Amino acid sequence: MAAFSRLELGTMELSGSEWTGEEAGGMPRPPQAREHLVVIGNGMAGCRAIEELLARDPERYRVTIIGAEPHVNYNRIMLSPVLAGEKSFEDIVLNGHDWYRDNGIELIAGDAVISIDRQAKNVFAASGRVVSYDRLLLATGSDPFIIPVPGHDLPGVISFRDMADVDRMLMAADMGGDAVVIGGGLLGLEAAHGLSLRGMKVTVVHLMPTLMERQLDEAAGWLLKTALEGRGQTILTQADTAEIVGDGAVEGVRLKDGTLIPASLVVMAVGIRPNVKLAREAGLAVGRGIHVDDHMVTSDPAVLAVGECVEHDGQVYGLVAPLFEMCRALADGLVEKPTGYKGSVTSTKLKVSGIDVFSAGDFSAVEGAEDIVLRDASRGVYKRVVVKDDRIVGAVLYGDTGDGGWYFDLLKRQEDVSELRDLLIFGQAFAQGGGVSDPKAAVAALSDDAEICGCNGVSKGQVLACIDKGACSLDAVRAGCKASASCGSCTGLVENLLALKLGDEVQAGPKTMCKCTSFGHDDVRREIVAQGMRSIPEVMQKLHWSTPDGCSSCRPALNYYLLCALPGDYADDQQSRFVNERMHANIQKDGTYSVVPRMWGGITNPRELRAIADVVEKFNAPMVKVTGGQRLDIFGIKKEDLPAVWADLNAAGMVSGHAYGKSLRTVKTCVGSEWCRFGTQDSTGLGVKIERMTWGSWMPHKFKIAVSGCPRNCAEATIKDFGVVCVDSGYELHVGGNGGIHVRATDFLCKVATEEEAMHYCAAFVQLYREEARYLERTAPWIERVGVEYIRERIADDAEGRDALAARFLFSQSFSQEDPWAERAAGADRVQHSHMAEFHPVGESA
Amino acid sequence: MTADWLDIGWLDQIPVRGARTVPVAGGEEIAVFRTGDNQVFALVNRCPHKGGPLSQGIVHGHSVACPLHNWNIALKTGTAQGEDKGCTPTVPVKIVSGRVLIGRAGALAAA
Ligand code: SRM
Ligand SMILES: Cc1cc2nc3c(=O)[nH]c(=O)nc-3n(C[C@H](O)[C@H](O)[C@H](O)COP(=O)(O)OP(=O)(O)OC[C@H]3O[C@@H](n4cnc5c(N)ncnc54)[C@H](O)[C@@H]3O)c2cc1C
Ligand code: SF4
Ligand code: FES
Repeated sequence: MAAFSRLELGTMELSGSEWTGEEAGGMPRPPQAREHLVVIGNGMAGCRAIEELLARDPERYRVTIIGAEPHVNYNRIMLSPVLAGEKSFEDIVLNGHDWYRDNGIELIAGDAVISIDRQAKNVFAASGRVVSYDRLLLATGSDPFIIPVPGHDLPGVISFRDMADVDRMLMAADMGGDAVVIGGGLLGLEAAHGLSLRGMKVTVVHLMPTLMERQLDEAAGWLLKTALEGRGQTILTQADTAEIVGDGAVEGVRLKDGTLIPASLVVMAVGIRPNVKLAREAGLAVGRGIHVDDHMVTSDPAVLAVGECVEHDGQVYGLVAPLFEMCRALADGLVEKPTGYKGSVTSTKLKVSGIDVFSAGDFSAVEGAEDIVLRDASRGVYKRVVVKDDRIVGAVLYGDTGDGGWYFDLLKRQEDVSELRDLLIFGQAFAQGGGVSDPKAAVAALSDDAEICGCNGVSKGQVLACIDKGACSLDAVRAGCKASASCGSCTGLVENLLALKLGDEVQAGPKTMCKCTSFGHDDVRREIVAQGMRSIPEVMQKLHWSTPDGCSSCRPALNYYLLCALPGDYADDQQSRFVNERMHANIQKDGTYSVVPRMWGGITNPRELRAIADVVEKFNAPMVKVTGGQRLDIFGIKKEDLPAVWADLNAAGMVSGHAYGKSLRTVKTCVGSEWCRFGTQDSTGLGVKIERMTWGSWMPHKFKIAVSGCPRNCAEATIKDFGVVCVDSGYELHVGGNGGIHVRATDFLCKVATEEEAMHYCAAFVQLYREEARYLERTAPWIERVGVEYIRERIADDAEGRDALAARFLFSQSFSQEDPWAERAAGADRVQHSHMAEFHPVGESA
Repeated sequence: MTADWLDIGWLDQIPVRGARTVPVAGGEEIAVFRTGDNQVFALVNRCPHKGGPLSQGIVHGHSVACPLHNWNIALKTGTAQGEDKGCTPTVPVKIVSGRVLIGRAGALAAA
């Protein structure tokens, strides 16, 4: 072949041409007299560098390109469409044989360079070929990283980097079956998409909690996962591969939790490493990548490097845009008009399975930066722009990436966006439309038919009519015409219309849950149930949270609302719980914990007392005290010792007293008919039964119960959330008492005749409170708000409703009466109770 | 020779939106946080208010809410946010190939 004969010539040339730019004096130099530039790597950066060079001075160098792949220069980015069947290899060729020929470039394809002799300026290829150079350009790209789990070298385990990998995937797909893609980053998802289009059943195994965590924040990652699942892929997050199993060929992937996923093909797409082997062995300065200066010159002035294999100013890059910027700086340097590469800000715009995703800059919350978030659940859109000191520093867009380029441009130019601030998130058209920078003016300028609320199809005219009819608050508008009542993304527009019409007369709505949302507690709860929401990120997306992952007020509330709505089904989010509930003990001012075991109805025995005494001694607890809730509190336990303390208490039959929880605390009892001369009923016995029924339940706030044996009320039942006062003829039930900050005596609910009824009404009342009170609202303020009449209607008057409530409570309890202490003592959540590492400095001289 | 960075373990040993502790013999305990977007920060495990163990707080965005009185502390700088004033020393930390490394000098300076 022509290319080969020329190449033969090239390799026989001697190096060390004496010609320089000056001596050429502008006269065309005969090719053999030019300096010989040898490029190792026929990929995207290597060839682009030569294109840039040719554009500046086509006669400066004689060029030879040596590439390990048996192909001409092709567009690596387009391997995904080839895998997906949308393009052929011919479609993705960047420079065909004619380009090499026309520019006098020698291409040595299908031969890898194996070493470099910098003294003699020779490179040695696997075929035995020796090529000498005047200047050498390393453009060796990256190697896919293969996790060295057992079985990683089985046939059927491949990476996704070059055309050969695609060919192998296509062969496997032809045989059908299941594929596992390890890695939920860009590459992995593109591989998964291609393979599933080719008919394979695909499971993506991803170590991190959300997909593409390096490009997307959690909310966008969650949307992506949901969308991909909707397209039939199985996505396992927080899944760690233990081994690839198979006898002679891949048969499946086993995860660390034991799950076995059958597969005939495993694609590892867990990351790439700069390919620095040649450079390192040649003695060049190498860190993560080959060290280069601003002109892409390595530690040897005759050797340059460009592309993914380099490290510039501490950075390595994995996208083409920065590599192409490097190529320009490199070419400028090669023709002695150095400009210098200054590093790149990168943006990613991609289409994963037809889903538009964009990210740029630093989207992880930056110190002093402010997040502007827009979530449009009905259109599946999520946008987040991070602004610091009036400049955009990062952006993540999902579902609608039309404005990505605009944000990226503002970001790169460090433009002052203070003028656009309020409209920024709506995009370029809105923010710059007619130079309107006042949101109120923008809304005023809308026509009456303009749609305000997409979910409910409400126009501006309808909202104004609703305000004219007397609606003077956001809530009234929501009730009157439904605008902003569903997803809430148009809340800002409605508020502006209210302000426009009414000025100062706008009434503030009910308090929102926190600064992360425009909705109040009741709205959020209603929507969770109505829309069947199942996770915190889902609620945040569907209800337009304005922060990426909420705050310390809304996260615990959402966790509770979901737990209450989905008994037995919702996976509790530990990190959304306040420390005491996460540690199952009460934190003290010095960071130690107190431990309160349950004493059913306040009754104890020698075995329990002995175990408590032993724990106090064994763990040197500085204090043990009787609480106001009729049990014992052991103080000063370190978090590391908690599981051991609990194990000892468990051994004596004691379980957690939940003295720390928004949950059932204690059931106080008095002596009752068994011993007391005034006792009318067995108040102790009933108290124990009620505690056995209600313990372990999570509530909006803490919940206390008491049972007194007669109206003398020694158990103080009339300042409890639920109180029973026994009388001769039965049981008086009282609700909504509080002995805390504002003392409130209970309201009388009703009287019942039997213990069974007392317990049944108690279960119904607890469930009504669990389902309807706001998070951190105790029964006293809740009843003040809804009125005791309402409680009587629901619990005393409506027998059917009462039964249903009680049944729902008992169903929920069937999942919550596992002792959390026993689980922890047996080893659950070890990380909560252990240090990550310990540091013992040695031999400090300073 | 002692290394500049101390390897304290794998990133996935720290719960997402959580923290782990590293006691320093003769010094102050360090809290190593992992945020929702998988960034890692390290602070001395002591709230500038009344010394609360910040490692036990709720991590949200790039802040932690102190478990004792709910001050919000910026993880990157250790400063109290909003109306509250005060600052907790930070400790350099980085991730290399999934391992968490803390700056030795920083860890000792806090001691
Ligand atoms: C240990 C105990 C004091 C004692 O030694 O007696 C206690 C200790 C605390 N109480 Fe209490 N309360 C204790 C009985 C009470 C009682 C009496 C009772 O339950 O009969 C009340 C008044 C009754 C009531 O709740 O209606 C009581 C009203 C409060 C309040 C005010 C609640 C209110 O609605 O106004 C708080 C603050 C809060 O919950 O937000 C509180 C909060 C606290 C906290 C949890 C403060 C905190 O958040 O860290 C204290 C934890 C100390 C610890 O680490 O153990 N504690 N607290 C009692 C534990 C009872 C138990 O066995 O579980
Ligand atoms: C499937 C896929 C999709 C992608 N999508 C995008 C995207 O959407 N956007 C984006 O910006 N980037 C994307 N990328 C990344 C982009 O392709 C790379 O950043 C880019 O190709 C790197 O260019 P490079 O020249 O440094 O390395 P490469 O293009 O990999 O070229 C290096 C070449 O050097 C050869 N070589 C290595 N060692 C030797 C040796 N010793 N001797 C001879 N030859 C050698 C290799 O065989 C290879 O051909 C994608 C990558 C893949 C694999
Ligand atoms: S009254 Fe309760 S909250 Fe107050 S100091 Fe005593 S135990 Fe603590
Ligand atoms: S000690 Fe941290 S807020 Fe008080």
